[in-house]
Amino acid sequence: MWEYTDKVKEHFLNPRNVGEVENPDGVGEVGSIACGDALKLSFKLDKDKRIKEAKFKTFGCASAIASSSALTEMIKGKTLEEAMKISNRDIAEYLGGLPEEKMHCSVMGKEALDKAIENFKGAPAVKPGEKIICECFGVTDMEIERAVRENNLATIEDVTNYTKAGGGCGNCHEAIQQIIDRVKAEEKPVIRPKLTNIQKIRMIEESLEREIRPSLRHDGGDIELVDVVGNRVLVATRGACKTCKASDITLKNFVEAKLRELISTDLIIEEVNNP
Amino acid sequence: MKPVYLDNNATTQVAPEVLDVMLPYFRELYGNPSSMHSFGGQVAKKINNAREQAAALIGALPDEIIFTSCGTESDNAAIRSALATNPERRHVVTSRVEHPAVKALCASLSQQGYRITEVPVDKNGLLDMEHYENSLAADTAIVSLMWANNETGVIFPVEKAAEIARAHGIPFHTDAVQSAGKIPINMRNNVIDMLSISGHKLHAPKGVGILYVRRGTRFSPFLIGGHQEKGRRGGTENTPSIIGLGRACELAAANLHIENTAVKKLRDSLENALLKAIPQSKVNGDRINRLPNTSNISFEYIEGEAILLLLNEYGICASSGSACTSGSLQPSHVLHAMGVPFTMAHGSIRFSLSIYNTEKEIDLVIEKLPPIVERLRSMSPFWNSGPQVCSGK
Repeated sequence: MWEYTDKVKEHFLNPRNVGEVENPDGVGEVGSIACGDALKLSFKLDKDKRIKEAKFKTFGCASAIASSSALTEMIKGKTLEEAMKISNRDIAEYLGGLPEEKMHCSVMGKEALDKAIENFKGAPAVKPGEKIICECFGVTDMEIERAVRENNLATIEDVTNYTKAGGGCGNCHEAIQQIIDRVKAEEKPVIRPKLTNIQKIRMIEESLEREIRPSLRHDGGDIELVDVVGNRVLVATRGACKTCKASDITLKNFVEAKLRELISTDLIIEEVNNP
Repeated sequence: MKPVYLDNNATTQVAPEVLDVMLPYFRELYGNPSSMHSFGGQVAKKINNAREQAAALIGALPDEIIFTSCGTESDNAAIRSALATNPERRHVVTSRVEHPAVKALCASLSQQGYRITEVPVDKNGLLDMEHYENSLAADTAIVSLMWANNETGVIFPVEKAAEIARAHGIPFHTDAVQSAGKIPINMRNNVIDMLSISGHKLHAPKGVGILYVRRGTRFSPFLIGGHQEKGRRGGTENTPSIIGLGRACELAAANLHIENTAVKKLRDSLENALLKAIPQSKVNGDRINRLPNTSNISFEYIEGEAILLLLNEYGICASSGSACTSGSLQPSHVLHAMGVPFTMAHGSIRFSLSIYNTEKEIDLVIEKLPPIVERLRSMSPFWNSGPQVCSGK
């Protein structure tokens, strides 16, 4: 059984604003019977261009019905500009949270809202340049990209939970992964504060002790920090590392990679002759 | 509120008579049946008694009964044993509608390089026997076909299928978890080599099962350990549960006629009343070759989870093949294999009865469900616009 919050249950058992607005200003329909859920949202504006009336019809599970009900309550009294700022997270939060597997219900609400507003503005239902990625559930690249961005999704499974994309035949998994990778690549690298020399040396020492030496010692080797000159980290190998033919590979691929990951991408490891 | 429990294919209540015989083996009679002393020995005697009771339910010999921990273990043990004793054979034949205990195991075997044939079913959930026979190959290590389907109750002609497998020299296993205690099973009259039973589906507790292995069948144990179960299943016996299961088998044999008369009558009256009261509803699965306790009905244009949660408000327990209840977003693989359209599959509800259900309980469902369906349909964007063709999007 799903762990629904009391608020989800309450909105499911007593849904607000079920039906269709007469002479609506905007209508948005998303989902399909194949997906297992679908939502038709309609709204009417008052003379101040605020949403006066909003109604829904939903085919779907308890959380789909509750999300639709919550959405209509949330947008009432708002201008379209204000309503457009509502994200799927806001809908989920309004309900006190949704199970991860049910997040797509809140996404469906957000999509119906966008479509209804587009419909009011007379925009085409499908934006030019959008491409269907998941054929089973008819999810476009833009929809996936937005879900990945707004919810910081990292895996295909996350994307399926949020958009349903990839939940059917699985043929689109590669394309979904590409979108995730693209969004991740755009993210700005972490900006680290500039370190003073003494801070840098201390962090290198600490990292060597905590992250690197245990692995080397496991194989009977060790490492010693000789000096730090700018970004050059001068080290000497000890124990088994000293005689190991592959120690330069270890220094490059393991020690340097680790220090770059933990401290600064500019660091260069150099082995100095053992004193 | 006492629940109206109509989910007996998921699990059943432990019969009071079963619990009674179990309790002493938690309290004073806690000995290990393998011990040399008579304190343990008396428990061993009761285990053997349970073995005889279990054997009697299915017309088997006591030494053909291996006690396990559940139906899933029995299924895994049977299929893996066939593979281990026929290492040169790399092919498994099963059906598209198996329980995950077999289906997921076969998927895992497929990743290890085995060829798996999943025999299709028709729109009524009946096995395609021609396809089945044609799929048997020289290197088929085992056939595993369920006796009755857990979702629809549809019964496969496994005795006939076992004869065909035997003619090809292929061992045959059946998952009889849903059929044991509901329809007659007599291993003396068939050539099935291995058969799985789960305790908690027939009023014994959870955590105990049976694997029947016909005398003369080559067997390689799944759990390797001590000499329990004649070395065919290591691990100290779950004594209270095995003794309880023995009693449950005895009761099931005695109650078999009730399942096929009173329970069947209740099921039929529930089904007929719902079909009559609710337009655009349909039974999934063949209505003749079917367990007497199971009814799987689809209500078009609404979604199963929502129906279940509204039934839950009245304490009515059932289950659904809808995608939203599975956690996987995919509607039931059984209904999918039968070609049930999406408009129907998402709104499927399974009622599964037991001898403990009453007419009053059935009447409550007949009273409460039609307004629930109507309410959800009034919310559904597909209902008022009338029946529409599903385009897949």
